[in-house]
Amino acid sequence: MTTLATIPGGHTSRLGHSAFRRAALWTAPLIFLGVFFFLPLVRILAFSLRLDVFTGPNLQLAFETLAFTFYQAAISTALTLLVGLPAAVLFAHYSFPGRAFLRAWTAVPFMLPTVVVAAGFNALLGAHGWLNVVLMRSFGLDSAPIQWVGTLGAILVAHVFYNTTIVIRIVGAALSNLNPGLVQAARSLGADSRRAWWNVILPLVRAPLTAACLLVFLFDFTSFGVVLLLGGPSISTLEVQIYIQAMQLLNLPLAALLSLIQLLCTVGFSVLYARFATRSTQTSPRSAALNLRRPGSGPQRLFVAGTVCVLATLFVLPVLAVPLRSVSRLDLDRGQRTELRSGFTMDYYTELFVNRRNSIFYVPPIRAAANSMGYACATVLLSLSLGFPAASALARPGRLEKFLDPVLLIPLGASAVTLGLGFVLAFGRWLMHPWMVPLAHSLVALPFVVRTLQPALASLPTRLRQAAASLGASPFRTWQAVDWPIVGRATLAAAVFAFTISLGEFGATSLLSRPEYPTIPIAIYRFLSQPGGLNYGQAMAMATFLMALTAGGIMLIERLRWPGSSEF
Amino acid sequence: MLDLSNISKSYDGQALLRGISLKVRAGQTVCILGPSGSGKSTLLQIIAGLEAPDSGHVLWGRQDLGSTPAHLRNFGLVFQDYALFPHLNVFENVAFGLKMKNGFPGKATLRVHEVLQWVGLLGFERRSVIDLSGGEQQRVALARALAPRPRLLMLDEPLGALDRALRETLLDQLRGVLRAARTPTLYVTHDQDEAFRIADRVLLLHSGRIVRAGSPADVWAHPGSAWVAEFLGLGDVLPGTIVDTGTHVQTEHGTYALSCGHHHKRGELIHVLLRPHGAPSGTVIRGIVRDVFFQSASYRVMLTNGLHIEVPRAPRIGGVASGNVTPECLGRDRNS
Repeated sequence: MTTLATIPGGHTSRLGHSAFRRAALWTAPLIFLGVFFFLPLVRILAFSLRLDVFTGPNLQLAFETLAFTFYQAAISTALTLLVGLPAAVLFAHYSFPGRAFLRAWTAVPFMLPTVVVAAGFNALLGAHGWLNVVLMRSFGLDSAPIQWVGTLGAILVAHVFYNTTIVIRIVGAALSNLNPGLVQAARSLGADSRRAWWNVILPLVRAPLTAACLLVFLFDFTSFGVVLLLGGPSISTLEVQIYIQAMQLLNLPLAALLSLIQLLCTVGFSVLYARFATRSTQTSPRSAALNLRRPGSGPQRLFVAGTVCVLATLFVLPVLAVPLRSVSRLDLDRGQRTELRSGFTMDYYTELFVNRRNSIFYVPPIRAAANSMGYACATVLLSLSLGFPAASALARPGRLEKFLDPVLLIPLGASAVTLGLGFVLAFGRWLMHPWMVPLAHSLVALPFVVRTLQPALASLPTRLRQAAASLGASPFRTWQAVDWPIVGRATLAAAVFAFTISLGEFGATSLLSRPEYPTIPIAIYRFLSQPGGLNYGQAMAMATFLMALTAGGIMLIERLRWPGSSEF
Repeated sequence: MLDLSNISKSYDGQALLRGISLKVRAGQTVCILGPSGSGKSTLLQIIAGLEAPDSGHVLWGRQDLGSTPAHLRNFGLVFQDYALFPHLNVFENVAFGLKMKNGFPGKATLRVHEVLQWVGLLGFERRSVIDLSGGEQQRVALARALAPRPRLLMLDEPLGALDRALRETLLDQLRGVLRAARTPTLYVTHDQDEAFRIADRVLLLHSGRIVRAGSPADVWAHPGSAWVAEFLGLGDVLPGTIVDTGTHVQTEHGTYALSCGHHHKRGELIHVLLRPHGAPSGTVIRGIVRDVFFQSASYRVMLTNGLHIEVPRAPRIGGVASGNVTPECLGRDRNS
């Protein structure tokens, strides 16, 4: 015992890895990041810093796009707060039937792939969506009365749908950590509820509130799929403009310049967010149950009922609209005014297996599912084999790890389209190679995989292992009894995480996938951008399939997640 | 002044308070004494207007406060965990109530200094409340509640989180402050020493009812029920039957002569309190010593039959000891 105590920091240094082992653990992840993240970044930089890019029209386009990106992100954030703050108060302070379910449900959109979200709002409010079809039928209209898809409004609502859960989680956690006595003290000192909120609660949740706003703003700023699928051709944010310049106008230098601007903005917001996020975690954890009460007075009941209604409408309808629409024939035949053929159908699903000559694919659309599965499996293999050593090293952190920990997270800060563009610029020659897509997906998934594995690996009970060994267990038996139950669970969770991320990834894939090898999100995008009820129905069928897979993944992760993994 | 009539409150179908009525007069300190979970804090919340009673009325003089919201009642409240505003410094915490009331005029600064002086915290104005010790936080909380000159001060286990030595000091200081402020006070605690030291009047709360009310000396001398006697630790409480002409009670440990002077009927079932004392009067109890423990001026001895006596010198465990107790009846046994 005495010798142990004399070793400085005895505990960690005994358990820590040797320098050699550390180097071995870090080699593969660092090479991967260097080649597939930092090299593409350098290429983007090299492309964007050429003199001929800085022309008047280019700069004007860049400035206008940047201004619009800020504008839509600011409004989206404000609207998200408008819905999210009451929802945060609702979940932090009131208990009501279905509270746990509704709270879990509000987290679903955050995990849903962008194409599914876009499909959801399209199915609800698009030209072929439920609302328009019902209106056309009821009033005998020729064309869809609500031209909503393609407007800024559609983007804003989808952004609110996506990001409200961030406000609910971050601000809600801060609210339920507050000592309920503080408000009571303010009330007994003569503050009415408005002034108690203004003078006590607001100052105390300012840091988490700011952090939530910055995070929401960051996501709105870098949003790609939603803007591309729900915005019209006239609406383009930086992300969309990068995609248009790179893929449609083949103006790679301008795309690179826009990427650079995008990157600078996101890095700036991420740094700001990190500062507020660390400050906001300093509240003392209290029993959140103390803050929960049944709505008592009339206004409280009205508040609870109203907020629940808004949340249910906003979060449940778009999610239900997709699967329902995928099995409903709601085609309006041209020329016949009120003749609406409606009813249950499985046609959209069976059609997925047919290779039509005039279809937008060269293969049966269901091949997209097979491609996605293949890419997802490759992503799981890649990100696990890279993430495992990195997480092992991070689980017993030394000085090196303190420096490398944030480096691993940097790819999160870069937008997906920027990653894709970097690949295009750096590996244009190998772009046809089937490994390009899973490599990009692994880059996106790696931070999540590491963050899922690390707490489990760090929690490996050394004491228990020693106890097992001292009781006569062989090293294998020890590993089987102590390590495996913990590591196995976390590995499975990380694998499902990587799988789900790869399935839904749209931004990078839209730049990297080959036309004859579409993924599910790409197929949904193509179906949605083609006219015709059959294409629309197939988009819904595909989206339903992807939604089911993702939902299954989320549920698995929630069950497997090792306590202590952070949500954001 | 404060007048509660018939306050009842239940949570999830469990009755917590059942018909509480009490009065607090001008300048009086009333102490509600009861075990944890007896609904003391809830009662304060109801008086403060932070909770609504299921039935009953909170009156101030003749005015029913039922429709007066918490912030207009002008009742000060000190919380067990102090509930200091962590984002404000000591001065801002104490000034909070004044600011809410009249937008903080210049003379409010004087008032803050006055109450800080009462609690001995002058010079602490710019300190962050997070860096204060527990006792200092408690005094800031007291100053904060007193600053806006509340017409009633309520303290919810104000010394509960502090160690014993600090509690003693603060208790004396608190008496001084309450005398200086001359504010009627409702003090809630589970600690009888605290209650008896600070209160003009003590109310004992048990399963949602006030089971005994009176001055500390009165309650001590006449607990009135088996529960109160046991809660206050006054001595052994035994069930028994009245025998003879009503002057004696028969229990499992023997028959004792009652000294209470009440008129009892033969065959009546009562509880008897055997209150140990050092004086050579009353009934002598003798037995084999099971355990002995020191108690400031004497030794408390537990005998093998379960009874307790007090003796001036420590006897040997296993030996024989005897001491005097006064057998008192605990009334007509409402709480059996």
